[in-house]
Amino acid sequence: MPYPTTLKASEVSLASHDVDAVFIFILAIAGFFFVLTQGLLIYFAIRYRKKKGVEEATPYITGNHALEVVWIVIPSLLLVAIFVYGLTVFIKMRTPLPNAAEIQVTASQFTWSFKYPDGRSVANELRLPLGQPVKLIMISRDVIHGFFIPAYRQKQDVLPGSYTYLWLLPKQAGTYDIYCSQYCGTGHSLMRATLIVMPQPQYQAWVAAELQKQQAGAQSPAERGKALFESAGGGGCHSIDGSPKVGPTLKGIFGSRVTLTTGQSVVADEEYLRESLEEPNEQVVQGFQPIMPSFRGSLKQDEIAALIAYMKTLK
Amino acid sequence: MADHPNTSLPEDRGYLSEHGFRSWALTMDHKRIGVMYIWTTLGFFVVAGILALLLRLKLLVPGPALFSDHTYNVLFTMHGAMMIFLFIIPAIPSALGNFFIPLLIGCRDVAFPRLNLFSYWIFVAGIAVTVGTLAAPMDTGWTFYTPYSAQTSAAVTALSFGLFLIGMSSILTGLNFIVTIHTMRAPGMGWYRMPLFIWAMYATSVIQVLSTPVIGITFLLLAAERVFGIGFFDPAKGGDPLLFQHFFWFYSHPVVYVMILPAMGIVSEVVPVFARKPIFGYKAIAYSALAIALIGFLVWGHHMFVSGMSTVAGVIFSFLTFFVAVPTGMKIFNWIATLYKGSITFESPMLYALSFIFLFIIGGLTGLFLGALATDVHVHDTYFLVAHFHYTMMGGTVMGLFAGLHYWFPKMTGRMFNETWAKSAWWLVVSGFNVTFFPMFILGMQGMPRRYAEYPAKYQALNVVATVGSWFLALGVIIMFANFIKSLRNGPLAPDNPWRGLTLEWQTTSPPPEENFHEIPTVTDWPYGYGSRNEAPRE
Repeated sequence: MPYPTTLKASEVSLASHDVDAVFIFILAIAGFFFVLTQGLLIYFAIRYRKKKGVEEATPYITGNHALEVVWIVIPSLLLVAIFVYGLTVFIKMRTPLPNAAEIQVTASQFTWSFKYPDGRSVANELRLPLGQPVKLIMISRDVIHGFFIPAYRQKQDVLPGSYTYLWLLPKQAGTYDIYCSQYCGTGHSLMRATLIVMPQPQYQAWVAAELQKQQAGAQSPAERGKALFESAGGGGCHSIDGSPKVGPTLKGIFGSRVTLTTGQSVVADEEYLRESLEEPNEQVVQGFQPIMPSFRGSLKQDEIAALIAYMKTLK
Repeated sequence: MADHPNTSLPEDRGYLSEHGFRSWALTMDHKRIGVMYIWTTLGFFVVAGILALLLRLKLLVPGPALFSDHTYNVLFTMHGAMMIFLFIIPAIPSALGNFFIPLLIGCRDVAFPRLNLFSYWIFVAGIAVTVGTLAAPMDTGWTFYTPYSAQTSAAVTALSFGLFLIGMSSILTGLNFIVTIHTMRAPGMGWYRMPLFIWAMYATSVIQVLSTPVIGITFLLLAAERVFGIGFFDPAKGGDPLLFQHFFWFYSHPVVYVMILPAMGIVSEVVPVFARKPIFGYKAIAYSALAIALIGFLVWGHHMFVSGMSTVAGVIFSFLTFFVAVPTGMKIFNWIATLYKGSITFESPMLYALSFIFLFIIGGLTGLFLGALATDVHVHDTYFLVAHFHYTMMGGTVMGLFAGLHYWFPKMTGRMFNETWAKSAWWLVVSGFNVTFFPMFILGMQGMPRRYAEYPAKYQALNVVATVGSWFLALGVIIMFANFIKSLRNGPLAPDNPWRGLTLEWQTTSPPPEENFHEIPTVTDWPYGYGSRNEAPRE
């Protein structure tokens, strides 16, 4: 929305401009009625307050049909105007943009995963080239989430079992917040991602660099683990800098002694970390909820080994 | 005023004469049942209010603080569920409605007194089950959206059963009121001589009877999904999560009118009495209650514009939504017009009634942004929405309830409260309310989502303002309740008609006798004949 101090529509995306224009239109009408009704309310309350000690006769007014018709008809017409304007922009927001690049968005508790047309997958960071229309094809792996870019005035719930869509047209380079707007569980408020809009040349350079990294192929287990951690969205729940998130931090996890909800204390060795990936809710660290999904089957044994190698590097 | 000489008179305690547990628990007197509802619902208002204060306290800082995010989620769920199901839905209809419908229409009790007592006790049973689920606290939000609510380990099944019982109580009470209003009005009281509170309660009861079964069925389906694994809503089992939202809002939207219509009824009673003027546009206000009840059934989809519902459905629901605004706006104009050329006094009931109008205008106008499709996409599920519904529900319904409690306190208890304290409380409540909730409109415009245990640091300043506001609001409510409780014992004896009202409840004693009226009154006029008729101007 336009910030209350500057009533000017935002130009960062196609939709932001249009939505703000509707907002300002409604604000003008609402502002008029606000001043009218509150003004009369306060004016009458002061003007017709009872004078001290005087019992004044009040007129016997029971209604006035003409007036009542006026304040039914005029607001109705303005309401229809608001409806039509809101509807027009809404339809425009939902109309597919031509030549849109398609990006797959997968939501899961509590991570956003973005898959680009070239097959790369990145968690919690969406990079878009300036001026390029984009179609987001969104689905959830678990519960309902909400994909929300406040700066773009765009929001769409993301459902399990069916696709929902969002069309974006970035018009200014910059970094913007992406939030989960539909309550999805313990880590809901931390399910945030970043939208980075880059000018075309920088975007192309970034894509090329990423692809090169991928083709460089021979990664060390720790590097592979890092990539897995990022693409599987481990950072949504576990920090690597020591701050607690929904789950314990991974900084210095390897070899440390952790206290479990049972009161037991164990050393986080390779076996403990493997179990925590496959049967995460068997041995939960004290102070955390047993909410981590199991990766049994979805991670191969050598991938688990790579993740553990990566955790060893997080000193 | 502590040593008021109220011992000199042999005090007539009316319906309150009998003492002891059985005289309350087994009573079939609508007034006593109403009083039990008042204590119960206000009790949960206090509990859920304390939870809200805890939530606000945590939100002083953006990051982790005070308690875990999971605890925050549990607390906002309990705050919402208790406020909605245990306080705001039953507070005016079941509490003040029970007490005053028979008094306002001039009869001795509701049509089915035994059913009325039964309604209260299944309400209590429902509460017991609901509170019992705290053993495994829920963290789904009061909206229980599937599939999260179908998967989470919390006691959703038990809670569904508790709310099912509470819903049943709601249906039976509504039915009781409809029959009472149809069949038991005093001789001479035609439909257009009914007080507007009765019209509002009639519309409310119709909504309760028609919409509550839907939520009951929904809770049963949800329980069946959790217990037997039948896939109604879970896509993994072949269900549709949006179906749940449709069912849920098919009840939960009409029910916001169960919350607001009775408060509008109270305002329609209070404003003419303190303005010494006839209500402006009686029939329009009466019919607008019915219109709101009817249209209210057709707009549930406006909670789902961004849910994945089709664009066409969104358009239709948006269109219908704007039509609820018409009768609502008309009521506001009529109340304001009632003040015109009045002789207005500002005792606490009137202050709360005027606050209702003031705050509800803000709540209503901000609803335009949510009803319009394009802007709703942005502000939906943000603090803008939180601010909007607190302006309508707390600024509206709760202010209406407070107006009613102050207005009818002398009648219910036979005592007067301390007006000076009541006014101080009002200042704190209204200013604290605005400081708490107005910043949330701006937070929402800036994109802060609701139900966020932790939030980006850029939103902190306004959150601090809101939290500080909540302390003033709480202080005001504490003073108000302390004033009531103190006045129950020590207040001066109330005259039968302290506000010079013309509705029937003021013609009997304060407190009323068990049979309400020693002799059933005969009604010869409408109840708003304030002002001098020979001065009636032609305009």
